[in-house]
Amino acid sequence: MLQSLDRVQGLQRVNDFVVKFANVNGSGSASANALFAKSILRMGVTATPRNIFPSNIQGLPTWYEIRVSEAGHMAARGGGPDLMVAMNPQTWDADVKSIEPGGYLFYDNTRPVPASKLRDDIVILGVPLTEITNAAYSEARQRQLFKNIVGLGALSALMNIDPAVIVQLLSEQFNGREKLITANVQALNMGRDWVKNNMDCPIGLTVRKADSVGDRIFIDGNSAAALGAVYGGATVCAWYPITPSSSLAEAFMRYCSRMRVDPETGKNNFAIVQAEDELASIGMVIGAAWNGSRAFTATSGPGISLMQEFFGLAYFAEIPAVIFNVQRAGPSTGMPTRTQQTDITICAYASHGDTKHVLLLPEDPYECFEFGASAFDLADRLQTPIFVMLDLEIGMNERLTQPFSWDDNRKLDHGKVMTAEELQAGKVFGRYLDVDGDGIPYRTLPGTHPTKGSFFTRGTSKDRMARYSEEGADYQENMERLLKKHNTARALVPPAITRSAAKPTRLGVIYYGSTSPAMNEAEQILGEKGVHLDLLRVRAFPFGQEVEAFIEAHDEIFVVEQNRDGQLRSLLINELEINPKKLVKVVHYDGTPISARFITDAIASRVQGA
Amino acid sequence: MTFLTKPKLHHPDLHKNSLGYTRRDYEGAISTLCAGCGHDSISAAIIKACFELELPPHRIAKLSGIGCSSKTPTYFLGASHGFNSVHGRMPSVLTGANLANRDLIYLGVSGDGDSASIGLGQFAHAMRRGINMVYIVENNGVYGLTKGQFSATSDKGAKSKRGVINTDQPIDLVSMALQLGATYVARSFSGDKAQLVPLIEGALRHKGAAFIDCISPCVAFNNHDGSTKSFDYVREHNAAVNYLDVITGRQEITVDYAPGTVETVQQHDGSTIRLRKLHPEYDMFDRISAMNYLHQRHAMGEIVTGLLFVDPDPVDLHEHLNTAESPLNAVPQQKLVPGQAALDKINARLR
Repeated sequence: MLQSLDRVQGLQRVNDFVVKFANVNGSGSASANALFAKSILRMGVTATPRNIFPSNIQGLPTWYEIRVSEAGHMAARGGGPDLMVAMNPQTWDADVKSIEPGGYLFYDNTRPVPASKLRDDIVILGVPLTEITNAAYSEARQRQLFKNIVGLGALSALMNIDPAVIVQLLSEQFNGREKLITANVQALNMGRDWVKNNMDCPIGLTVRKADSVGDRIFIDGNSAAALGAVYGGATVCAWYPITPSSSLAEAFMRYCSRMRVDPETGKNNFAIVQAEDELASIGMVIGAAWNGSRAFTATSGPGISLMQEFFGLAYFAEIPAVIFNVQRAGPSTGMPTRTQQTDITICAYASHGDTKHVLLLPEDPYECFEFGASAFDLADRLQTPIFVMLDLEIGMNERLTQPFSWDDNRKLDHGKVMTAEELQAGKVFGRYLDVDGDGIPYRTLPGTHPTKGSFFTRGTSKDRMARYSEEGADYQENMERLLKKHNTARALVPPAITRSAAKPTRLGVIYYGSTSPAMNEAEQILGEKGVHLDLLRVRAFPFGQEVEAFIEAHDEIFVVEQNRDGQLRSLLINELEINPKKLVKVVHYDGTPISARFITDAIASRVQGA
Repeated sequence: MTFLTKPKLHHPDLHKNSLGYTRRDYEGAISTLCAGCGHDSISAAIIKACFELELPPHRIAKLSGIGCSSKTPTYFLGASHGFNSVHGRMPSVLTGANLANRDLIYLGVSGDGDSASIGLGQFAHAMRRGINMVYIVENNGVYGLTKGQFSATSDKGAKSKRGVINTDQPIDLVSMALQLGATYVARSFSGDKAQLVPLIEGALRHKGAAFIDCISPCVAFNNHDGSTKSFDYVREHNAAVNYLDVITGRQEITVDYAPGTVETVQQHDGSTIRLRKLHPEYDMFDRISAMNYLHQRHAMGEIVTGLLFVDPDPVDLHEHLNTAESPLNAVPQQKLVPGQAALDKINARLR
């Protein structure tokens, strides 16, 4: 039954709203939800979905929230949704409560819901989805799956989503399997017809064709990073399953099976091993890289903790390694399915003893691909572990991002590897000899030359010729060279990107990674309020000169990040010897992605309060 | 402290193998282990085996963990690349190295602390993956570098030098290797070179996971009365099931064997292992009866040595993974990087 559709004047918004689906994990809703998001994208409107899910397989609540924004905003907006598609009785009360005033509640009213369970300041859209599907299908599985498509049909009619776009998406998804396509289109139309016959269409939230998508692609960061590893020439992947990184290794597997199987021999130009734990994963990576293969692992916080001893070995013995760290909320098991930027400190200074590591901080899938590929060049060039720091927000959600590109003339940089010919010609080889003054020594690969260039790799201290040594002078010289090498890295890693405010300002913001879309939007909102901010997006550690210059040029700098302690801020203070008072901590760490509203409020209150 | 390098001077009459190498070319730095350490005998056996098999030293990669045993790769095969990794983690490093270049020979050296305690997990998983390697545990039942604590292979009831009785059950790595699918499993004794050298040779020729548990008494901390890993105890309780000769393709068989006492194994690479059977009933092709036999004899207080199990046609990790025949570390860029055209197609699918 239709319930009080006309009681409230609902929100009136075109191409600018938030829709949230409340589902039961394992109910098959994911595919219909994705179709909803993609149909909006295909209409040329920026749509940014987020999976919000518990650490569970089946039965518990999950949510899929989509920000629709023709203006191109991709961050979580903050606040409640404008339209809630409430399909989970378990979370009904909280879901209904979260809807923005004047918003819409879409639900299955096959079984009547008492008025006390509803609200009178929102528009109630009841559609008897179960009744419609049960009348059309007899099999339980079909009823379950098609109910989602019937719901999609109903929503598309209510929101003016072009059905032809959905039909096109269905035919692409079921690629040639006509029976499936027909059945799905039929279910879609059932939903559309019911709504058109029984309700006023459209509601106040509508999608209109626009041009805010351009040639951008839609992909998750984990897949993009895996593709980057393929293009970066990785041949060995050793990993241990851990949320939210597992899909990165699995995507590498998928891409390799398509692009790395030799067409002539049918043999694999890659090796992927699911190790027994994270210790073994990183051990295999280090063994493979020592032996000249490009190797990586994908993990998350708990894995990073376990790998510490090996990171120290790779740093000290100078062995390349690439670690994709898809961060989640810690410490300990923490919130395994929630996002945070919380491993900055532990990765920058991983392992006991004095260490400093190279971190790359991608903001979106495009940079996950770019950094995913260049991390291998950096690892070989610098002969050290490179940490590519994703997080759940970038890694596990699909995003609109620039299309990937590759320069076919690009040569992979294998760094300083001495060849058999060079050894034969009498070139002096000392494994830890700083020949070029950049702190980076030459290495040889096992098996290179019958009599020259062999050396012993060890985690103990050694002299320049790789001979075991406990001499203080040898140890110190080596440690100083490692520091020099780290400084060399400053010029090799991707530089920070600055963006100047519309008007000159002494206020700055430093941010990184998945904070980008929220920061971009917040900067715009604050600018409109007259709060002008220069922005610096850090893309790597060690920090380049431009980071120092930016801090120098501003009186007060907000460091916006997604952890409790302001880890990047501490790193800046520690590494660049900045007066801590100059760097204002703006942190968001409840496990949800940071929003523009949060940043705007935090900065506005500070600036206006001052 | 710095390791001494041995003088490079060679006696002009030293015997050379067909590659032109003398035995000295397979040596490493001078050992810094205690005089009389069993481990040095194992190093000597490795040197002899590699020389006799005429392996180019630089085509061998030697890897180890941490401990006395793990120090030994410095003392043999000086022309080989070595990797002294992290305590208990040699198997994973070796696995990675093996994935990167399947053409080298991988020699992993570990100890009972390194493999049976901190590294038991990695030991087990390397065995079950079937890495093509030689994995030697120099087993002395004691932590030497930290001065005499029991290790996990110490027998229940064994007495430490300080007089403490071990109350924990021992871990038998040979039984584990058998159970986990290693395809060449042996036990030997550092004091029995005649048995050990051919066992190492056979393992080097084996194209799968080869494991040798080599009891190697610790002269400093575990060679006293009451120890079950002392020279005297092992000699008294050693029950060898067979002796090997490893015959490479070119060598002629000159030894005469009494009928019924010899078993011949053709290995995958064309070499032949010839065994003199000491226990006529022992069947080294039967994994289950080998485990049975070991346990029965162990209960009787015997230390069973010899080649305990061999699968002449092993399948290694590379075969399981269907990796390219040429080493992964040498695949040219054009085979690794699909290029812009492939990326265009991917981009198109993502719109």
